[in-house]
Amino acid sequence: MTSNEKIEKGKKIVAAAEELRQSMQGSFHEELIQTIYTDAGRIFRDAVRQKGDRYGDFDRMFDRLLTSPWTGLPLMAVLLAAVFWITITGANYPSQMLARFLFGIEETASAFFTSWGSPWWLTGFLWHGVFRGLAWVVSVMLPPMAIFFPLFTMLEDFGFLPRVAFNMDRIFQKCGAHGKQAITMGMGLGCNAAGIIATRIIDSPRERLIAVLTNNFMPCNGRFPTLIMLANIFVAAAFPPAFASFAAAGAVVGIVVIGVVFTFLVSAALSRTLLKGEPSSFIMELPPFRRPKILSVLYTSLIDRTVFVLYRAVLMAVPAGGLIWILSNIHLGGQSLTVWISTGLDPFGRALGLDGVIILAYIIAIPANEIVVPAILMAYTQSRMMIQIDNMGQLQALLVGEQNWTLVTAVCLMLFSLLHNPCSTAIWTIWKETRSAKWTAIGALMPLAIAVAVTFVVAQSARFLGLG
Amino acid sequence: MALPQDEIFFKKRGYAPCTGCASCAGGQRQLGIDLSKWDFVVALAGNPNTGKSTVFNAITGLHQHTGNWPGKTVARAEGGFQYAGKRYKLIDLPGTYSLLSMSVDEEIARDFILFGRPECTVIVLDATCLERNLNLALQVLQITDKAVIALNLMDEARRKDIDIDPRRLAEELGVPVVPLVAKTRQGINQLIQDVADVISGKIKTNPHRIQRGGVFKEAVDKVATLLMESFPDLPSADWIAMRLIDGDPRLREAVGKGELDFLTQGDAGG
Repeated sequence: MTSNEKIEKGKKIVAAAEELRQSMQGSFHEELIQTIYTDAGRIFRDAVRQKGDRYGDFDRMFDRLLTSPWTGLPLMAVLLAAVFWITITGANYPSQMLARFLFGIEETASAFFTSWGSPWWLTGFLWHGVFRGLAWVVSVMLPPMAIFFPLFTMLEDFGFLPRVAFNMDRIFQKCGAHGKQAITMGMGLGCNAAGIIATRIIDSPRERLIAVLTNNFMPCNGRFPTLIMLANIFVAAAFPPAFASFAAAGAVVGIVVIGVVFTFLVSAALSRTLLKGEPSSFIMELPPFRRPKILSVLYTSLIDRTVFVLYRAVLMAVPAGGLIWILSNIHLGGQSLTVWISTGLDPFGRALGLDGVIILAYIIAIPANEIVVPAILMAYTQSRMMIQIDNMGQLQALLVGEQNWTLVTAVCLMLFSLLHNPCSTAIWTIWKETRSAKWTAIGALMPLAIAVAVTFVVAQSARFLGLG
Repeated sequence: MALPQDEIFFKKRGYAPCTGCASCAGGQRQLGIDLSKWDFVVALAGNPNTGKSTVFNAITGLHQHTGNWPGKTVARAEGGFQYAGKRYKLIDLPGTYSLLSMSVDEEIARDFILFGRPECTVIVLDATCLERNLNLALQVLQITDKAVIALNLMDEARRKDIDIDPRRLAEELGVPVVPLVAKTRQGINQLIQDVADVISGKIKTNPHRIQRGGVFKEAVDKVATLLMESFPDLPSADWIAMRLIDGDPRLREAVGKGELDFLTQGDAGG
């Protein structure tokens, strides 16, 4: 059979099918589904006897609490806050240990290099640039991740995410978005790229696009260490020690809540402007509560997540550390390039409640948001060769004492970190999922514009009120 | 009883990026399976959150991320195992409630079972809500003859006093039914053996075809006959006929272009 014949026959078949379809006036689909359901029901009754109730009493009670309109969302906020609190209090000490250890290596090794007569630029580039970037990333990020990921994975295995989705479904419907977006949003807490891929569970292309474009407003694992550290240094410091860690955990939850609010606002705005349409309905089942499998939780969270995120961060930190060192050590007219660039960016940064160094760090960290804080610290400390910061007190002394950070700086930085453009992996994923340059551009630039606008408003209002 | 470690040789972490199948037309080429390394290809299908990924991990020894929520696996994950000297490739498909709608995850699952033509499809069912799960099982059995039912979460079913008769179920469905507790690996060996036996023909399957009547039957038969005339090697002409009459745009396009060849040629090793 030639291909022309095949096309001819194929067309005929399609035409015949279409004719039959028309003649049945759409009843075919219902008939098909009806037949399948009837058969399934019959087989089920033949082979299964159900004595008890599908749910145990405990499951039922717990579900009622977790999904009630009154207790559901607050309970979830409390659970999430508990996870952050454990992370924040638990990560502090190991972070200090790691920092002391790694910066000790930097000191000893660079001294060695100098005594062997290696040129200053080689010692500097390798140890005060590349290695220091690596040391910052490991000590700032590893402990929080090693605590946060197992806890979060346990919640996930337990059956937490679909219930979050259940609670939020009604709000999403009001925003003209799909209820399943709540699940992809929850996924975004883990990784935005994963959340964006997960939007494939949404049937309607319009609602799927909304879910893709707003996923960025969920702070991902890469951004959590930044948020946790900032909360630790600034928010916690404003409270008496007994409450400090609770305040910090509360602040991180607050940031997540702001992220959720922005998800709603932007979804609603999109579904009323660029992506008009009615929300479609769907059925989602709540999975039973299952006891998490401890070993697989540890494996997933430590190997798949912690090591993966850390590896990516280290990969980015090594060139970033080197780059910052080079920028800090090439002098033009008595000033290093870091100073030139950050001074140039300073007015823009100040308008957003930040400063030039932070903006510079964000530019350097576009490939991986994880390294923003390490990059900021590197840029600040590069002016002096020897600096050891091995606890939060010294970090605070550096940022507040020397760089004049205020609570407004911290709040703006947290907001900026929450809202700004997705990392390059997430942008790449948007492109792969939508295959549209337009939506990829919107997905990257819209959050950036929102981040700039929000931090600008916050910074200016704070200044107006005399806080900044 | 655990599968002996030497039967698990393929340890590469396989999370297929699966960028192609979402947007471009399905077909063996796009599915990107290198058949030279494998004797057989086995697909894992099932409703969301029935433990497909747990079954996948139990069989392959991989650590594909499992999660207690529907829709965790949206792309295909791949792994392999060896049994009785044959090498099998196992594809973990996205969980779906049906194969009749148009969302991307359902298309991935459907396209693979239909166009990827695995030697055997393992349908993972949640024993605690079997009635709804059976809907998907029946749909899969319309597409393929070679299938094994994995009745997972039997421990939860027992705890909830649900009494299932696997033999009766197997008689009704016409394919082997293996009770399973995937997380503790109970029944995994039996499942692997049944899969091998279905592929080798040692177990003859006679899958349940949905009972049609009246206009419905006439319509499907008519189109199926036309299809078989033009494309005699077609797998599951009935199903394709049903979907054509149902107005499935992707199949209409494929048939309209006479491109059903890829359905019939170079099937997975055999």
